[in-house]
Amino acid sequence: MKTASKLFSPGGDKMKRGRLISFALVIAAYIIIEILLKTGNLSSLFKSLLVPVTCYVVASLGLNLNVGISGELNLGQAGFMSVGAFCGICVSGMLANTITVPVVRLMIAMFCGACLAAVFGFLIGIPVLKLQGDYLAIVTLAFGQIIKSIFMNTYIGFDADGLHYSFVESKFKLQPGGKMLLNGPMGATGTQKIANFTVGIVLILIALIIIYNLMISRSGRAIMAARDNRIAAESIGVPISKTKMLAFVVSAFLAGAAGALYGLNYATLVPNKFDFNTSILILVFVVLGGLGNMTGTIISTIVLLILPELLRSLQDYRMLIYAVVLILIMLVTNNEWLKSRVKGFTSGKAKGGA
Amino acid sequence: MAKLPISNLPIAESAQTDRLKAAENTKQNGKAPVLDVQELGIDFGGLTAVNDLSLQVYDGEIVGLIGPNGAGKTTVFNLLTKVYKPTRGKIFFDGKDTAGKSIVDINKAGIARTFQNIRLFGNLSVLDNVKTGFHNVKPYSPITAILRLPKYYSAEREIEEKSMELLKFLELDEYASVTASNLPYGAQRRLEIARALATNPKLLLLDEPAAGMNPQETEELMRMIRFVRDHFKIAVLLIEHDMKLVMGICERITVLNYGMMLAQGTPEEIQSNPEVIKAYLGE
Repeated sequence: MKTASKLFSPGGDKMKRGRLISFALVIAAYIIIEILLKTGNLSSLFKSLLVPVTCYVVASLGLNLNVGISGELNLGQAGFMSVGAFCGICVSGMLANTITVPVVRLMIAMFCGACLAAVFGFLIGIPVLKLQGDYLAIVTLAFGQIIKSIFMNTYIGFDADGLHYSFVESKFKLQPGGKMLLNGPMGATGTQKIANFTVGIVLILIALIIIYNLMISRSGRAIMAARDNRIAAESIGVPISKTKMLAFVVSAFLAGAAGALYGLNYATLVPNKFDFNTSILILVFVVLGGLGNMTGTIISTIVLLILPELLRSLQDYRMLIYAVVLILIMLVTNNEWLKSRVKGFTSGKAKGGA
Repeated sequence: MAKLPISNLPIAESAQTDRLKAAENTKQNGKAPVLDVQELGIDFGGLTAVNDLSLQVYDGEIVGLIGPNGAGKTTVFNLLTKVYKPTRGKIFFDGKDTAGKSIVDINKAGIARTFQNIRLFGNLSVLDNVKTGFHNVKPYSPITAILRLPKYYSAEREIEEKSMELLKFLELDEYASVTASNLPYGAQRRLEIARALATNPKLLLLDEPAAGMNPQETEELMRMIRFVRDHFKIAVLLIEHDMKLVMGICERITVLNYGMMLAQGTPEEIQSNPEVIKAYLGE
């Protein structure tokens, strides 16, 4: 991820404009979808996609902070989502009787999931972020696989005696009336579906606020400085591993929150859902959206998640077209002629406005 | 550049009076040096890159470190800023032993540097490059930033003002919003100095500040270095091959050859030192 020349930089007004566009885009999308929902113009397919899309947008935004802004390749974002998801499901399951308001329970579950994912991120980051090079990619790749295996073999339930857990199915027994939260390879079953679209949108907005506020600050400058020139950053007193850790932990935190929301959107969730392919999928959203470009990430995530569903009628040709679209996007976003056209258009507009 | 005869170069009037002042400040008052290097040496495997170097820099002084290519000048800078650990010898900064300090610590203690091969944050704007220099001067936590607490605004305002001030001093204010990698070469060198000054140093290390500059730009740079020294009341240690600059602004000069100290003294003494002339011109 040393493609420094194409990375984004906060150039004062340019940065503020980008922030404004991101927020406007999310809020406009929310209003349009709410209107469509109210008037009943949204197919059930789209309705079922709403929450997952918001989850992936948040996970991609987090990953963009890590890959685009901090310049460290992370191949385990799905692992952090799964930590958040299963933690959130457990928390929500345990609190089902004590906190009856679903939204409050959802918030608590998401916060717990996010914090646990951040803790995992911190622990992974300690040894890795002291090193230079692609070690983070390797370790996060392994983390994603390990965390999946762990959840495949974890049994968690609670009954009158409290919380029980085991890694061996045969040893796991609950008292009558107890509830199974995590059931090994079967994953979480019988989860109460408390996720909703509005919370997803709020989560995106919170993610954007966190990322932009961080970027336009002392910490954000330090993160980007460490990315652009490690030696120079150190020479002016920026501690490299600490700043990279900050970006990595915030990225994991957002993935955890997104995962919890995702997990609580389905009655059943298997650990296999968050495998390596999911991590790569999120990375594809980030790369195609533009490293360091938050608005682009949101758009690419939405388009690339909805596209395969729209193409479902084409059956076998679906993934073929999806691949062609990916290639086209790459060609178009790297086309100098097109870029200069777009640039000329926007600057011309700016002049006209002034 | 190594083949340039270094004698008979003009020594600027102002530099001469500076030198008198500096001499008064240092030797006669018996003040402790801000940087005190004692018998410093480093080996890379069997190769001795620097050996037995002793060097003092006093407050408000401009000291030159010269020598033919490969003499170990940049290695000295890397030793001073803790990029390398010395094999032998000690470095005292501000009266304290710097052994065991990290690169970040040494900057916090008050040594800032520029690089021979320019190292800017290429994707950041010129202003942001300088702002980054305030990392430890005006610190606030990431939580303060995310929640946009009042401290964020007060700190950022101050950082912005001081950064613009620094850019003005180095005549970079017109470029403030330009991406650093798009700057002209000379301006990039000046930006490195501005960024180093932002860290509020007591000692500024300049590694070939005039490299690649035309005579006019060099003249301007000399004026700036002197201004920086006077305005910020700091000491400057500089490596340079441009003898016009070295002889024009340095109060004292240390000459390195093959990692060893060849000579030390005022520009006049260095110019007439037969050893130095031999090192530069050959026998």
